[in-house]
Formats: sequence, structure tokens, C-alpha cells
Amino acid sequence: MNLIVEREKSLEALEARLADLRTRPGAADSGDLRALEDKYAQLARDIFGSLTPWERVHVARHPRRPIAPDYLACFDEFQELHGDRHFRDDPALVGGLAKLGGRRVAVLAQQKGRDTKDNIRRNFGMVAPEGYRKAKRLVELAGRFGLPIVSLVDTSGADPGIGSEERAQSEAIASSLLAFAKVPVPTVAAILGEGGSGGALAIALCDVVIMPEHSIYSVASPEGCAAILWGDAGRAEQAAARLKLTSEDLKGFGIVDEIVPEPLGGAQRDGPAFVLRVLERIERTLERLARQPVAELLAARHEKYRRIGAWHDELHRAVAAGT
Amino acid sequence: MPEWLRVRREHRAPADDATLWIKCPRCGELLYRKDLEANASVCVRCQYHFRMHAHDRITMLVDGDFVEIGNEIVPGDPLEWSDKRPYPQKLAGDREKSGLSEAVVTGFGTIGGFPIALGVMDFGFRGGTMGTVVGERIARLFEQATRRGLPAIVFTASGGARMEEGMLALMQMAKTTQAVDAHAQAQLPYITVLTDPTTGGVSASFAFQADVIVAEAHAAIGFAGRRVIEQTIRQKLPDNFQTAEFLLEHGHIDAVVARADLRVLLIRLLDYLVGARGNATLRSIPELSLV
Repeated sequence: MNLIVEREKSLEALEARLADLRTRPGAADSGDLRALEDKYAQLARDIFGSLTPWERVHVARHPRRPIAPDYLACFDEFQELHGDRHFRDDPALVGGLAKLGGRRVAVLAQQKGRDTKDNIRRNFGMVAPEGYRKAKRLVELAGRFGLPIVSLVDTSGADPGIGSEERAQSEAIASSLLAFAKVPVPTVAAILGEGGSGGALAIALCDVVIMPEHSIYSVASPEGCAAILWGDAGRAEQAAARLKLTSEDLKGFGIVDEIVPEPLGGAQRDGPAFVLRVLERIERTLERLARQPVAELLAARHEKYRRIGAWHDELHRAVAAGT
Repeated sequence: MPEWLRVRREHRAPADDATLWIKCPRCGELLYRKDLEANASVCVRCQYHFRMHAHDRITMLVDGDFVEIGNEIVPGDPLEWSDKRPYPQKLAGDREKSGLSEAVVTGFGTIGGFPIALGVMDFGFRGGTMGTVVGERIARLFEQATRRGLPAIVFTASGGARMEEGMLALMQMAKTTQAVDAHAQAQLPYITVLTDPTTGGVSASFAFQADVIVAEAHAAIGFAGRRVIEQTIRQKLPDNFQTAEFLLEHGHIDAVVARADLRVLLIRLLDYLVGARGNATLRSIPELSLV
């Protein structure tokens, strides 16, 4: 059950009344409409105004939150390229050549399903080794032909199944990371909904990481973290509160570079406009990165990830303190 | 010889209250502690490989001196984490229990005359999880190895990324990947020895980015933890699933090696990977310098 979906139900009655009132002639001038609109806005602020990390997890997983195909549909053009050349085509990771704002790019997208049937086919966006091998193949292709890379991240984590272990999930992710680390073209990642652990990072080691306000990006899913720490996935809310998985937290750590503000209550409340807003950010970022010489680009990428962390240097502290 | 290594080497006697007999978790054999230690912590009956302390591994491998680097880097508490206990308290407990400052020991030494950069992870410190310090030490090891033109050998043992450092822990996968890549681009060889257990973020980054990957016999190795998979598929997994032998059979690793043969294998590999270019001559071990 999605907390945000539940809350949206409490707005539905008001929304219906508003819609009804708006269709009446002369309603625009009546005080009734304005009063109802105010009431609606107030209620929306009350229930969506300040979301806790756990509530944001639910926004990120909202069934109507824009997903990869919504974004891909708004590229000028998308030519899908399939398969890892070894085993199979992973429907959880879609990739290909695309145009965005007139610019030729390579695009990779983790794709959740729209409904149960689609989700089963796409393994709920959990990518298998062959998906990461497809990603690596396309990253290398993009590098050879000077195509900037756009990575759309949306997964609860890499697939943890028997088959994925048999086909070396670890090696697939490790190799995708290596490919992203050295590819000599601009790379931009956007965390569309959920950025789950190594399965997300595998395609997000990019020059710039863009994050919609209510997306989450975490070392483990709150459920997984709670299971590891307390042996109880039911304590996910507590884990979410501790993991620092929100866009603001991650910007503070230097992991996320840009936050895209969302409509009150989440991107699903104004989906099409929101998709365009994110794509516009990606376009502008690519434009900026395209002006940088490749050597500078690679050095800056290296520096971004080299810096991340929190540690003390006891020796220098001792020296500084004169002890 | 560095002081800490001297301490490890000279005070081998277990504390008075330590058990003299240890039961093998695999075959149930009762093993006399001294015999077990004399046999590189391998069960004499069934060849079960016990997990080893990082310092014991280093002692077992290097010819003489080992110059540790990165020991001055210690973890912060960026998330101000607390679950059953606050994170700093957990760290203090593990430091006390393991005699280590973090889950990896990194430094330089020679093995069979070959100078190498060596990193050894220890499951006894926070389950070998990778937080900022593990990432930072591994990155510095590879950076120094690249500058000095040395091969790198890393022993992995890890439960994955460290929850208590959240995303900062996960991002160490990116940091270590970059350092490994720079080392590889300098045409320097890198060997990993996967030991029990190697999973999660460590498995999916520097453990599987090496030129040659070997695993200790029977070690559990995989991406997802066994319990996670069992919960996901709601059935029990076969016993050999995610073992070193399973990985060998599926083509993921170059060799499975018994601990007793490990040192000889590493020297042989170094001889091939370093020797063919004719630069296998012994170089001096870098001295520890205060930067």
C-alpha cells in the first residue's frame, strides 16, 4: 500500500467538486470556486507540505510516478538497441541511440513496468547481469563514436536471483562501473524514482547526477537495510529515517549535483510537465559538458568521486594539534 | 619490522580464557588451537578454511617487512548513525575485538622477491563492510602502486557496503573503481584473492575488476547474500551455491586454491604477469614517509 496514494484519496472528493464547479457557467467569478480552491490548496499543503524520508520513499514508488518510457517518449527520437551479445536482451534495462534537443546521445534506462504484467516482464526494474553487459556495451559504443550518455536510473536494486548469480552479477556491475569511469564522453545520470544500491550506481557513475526532489538514492532499500540491521524488514520506516537517502542529503554529500523541484505531493501530480522539466535539465547539462575538453571532463569526473566520503586523518590531526 | 607486526608475531599465545579446542564448523572435528594455527587455520580433517585475521595473512604472505599505509585514516560518523548502539561505539568495539583500525589493512612488501602493493580485508571488523575508510585506503593503495609501478594484490572479505555510512559507503565502489582503472591503464597487474565471504559492493567493484581472480577453497562469494536470495525466491538454495567451486564451474574466476598453495600460486602469477616484460627485478620497498 502506497502512503501517498492513500493520501491522494482524501483529495479526490474535493477535486471532483472543483471540476464540477469549474464547468458551470459563471463559476469563475463566484466566490465559491475561489473558496474551494483555497481549501484544496490548504489540504494539499497539509498532507504533502513536509514529507518525511519514509513518505518520500512512497512518492518515489508511486504507481503513477513518471517512469523510463515516459521520458523516452519525450526524446526527439529513440532507436532502441537490444541485447548483450551473449545471453539475452534484458527488458529491465533499455538502451539505444536517441536525440535530445537536437543532440545525438546514447541513452540507458532502467525500466519498471506500468502494470503487473509489464512489471513481471521487466522484473520490476531489477536488472540482471545481461542488462549491465548491455549497458557496458553501449557505453563503450558511445565512447567510440563521441555520443554523450544519458542514464535514467530507476531500480530498487540489481536482480538477486539464482540465474543472476550463475551469470556473475558482481562481475557485470563491476565491469559496467569500469566502463563508466573511463568513457571519454560527457555522462549525465538522472535518478527518476528509486536509486537502489550498486544496481543503480552501476549506470550512475556520471559527470553530473541530477535528482528530482522526491526520488531516493540509497545504499540499500529501507526494507533491505532493516532486514540486515534488525532482521525485520517491517522496520523500514526507521531505516529510511537514518539512511540519508533524500535529494537534499545527497547534494550535501556531493553525490548529487542538481535537484529538480517537484510539484506539491510529487511528480505524479503533474507528470508530463515534470518529465519535460527533467529532460530540459539534462539538455542544459549536456550543453555545458560538451564545451569541456575531454581531458578536463575525465579529470573532473575523477575528482568528483575521489572526494566523496567522511573520514579523519589521525596523523595530521595529531600534528596539527601539536601532540 | 613495524611495531604492530612485531606485536602480532611475538604475542601469539591466546588469552588465558581463550578456548584451547575449536570445533570445525564443517566436519565437527575438535581441533587443538595450536595445531590449527600451525596449519594456516585450515581444518586438518576436512580442509575447511577458517577466516583469518588480516595481520596473520600478511605474516603468512610477505617475505619480511610490511610497510603499512593509510592506518592514520579513521572513520567519521557522517550519518550520526545509531541502531542498537551508536556507530562510533560499534567501531570502538570492533577496534578492541579485532586489534584493527578498520576493515582493511593496506601497504607494501615483497612476496617471493616481488615488490607488491597489498590490501587485506578482515571480516572481523564490521563484517568487512566497505565504508569510506576502506574505499579511501584501497584507492590510496592503488594510487601509490600506480606511481611506484607495482603490481597489486587484494584479499577480499566483505559483507558489502556499510549501512552505517549510507550512500557515502556505496560511493566507495566508484572511488575504488577509478583507482583500479588508473592502475590498469598503467599496464600494471592486479590479482584478487576472494576469501570467505566476498559479497555485495566489494564483490561488485574491485573484487571482480582484477586481471586474475582466484578464490580460496570453499569461500562463499556472490552479489546478493544467500538469505536475501532465499527470501526472494522462497526456496532453499543448494549447498554449493555461491561457493568458490560453483564460481569456478560457471567461469567467473580463474582458479580455486587451497590456502597452503596460495603463496606459491601468487608468486607464480607475479612471475608471469611482471616477468614477461623483463622488469621483474627486485626494487626497493618504498619507505613510509609522512606526506
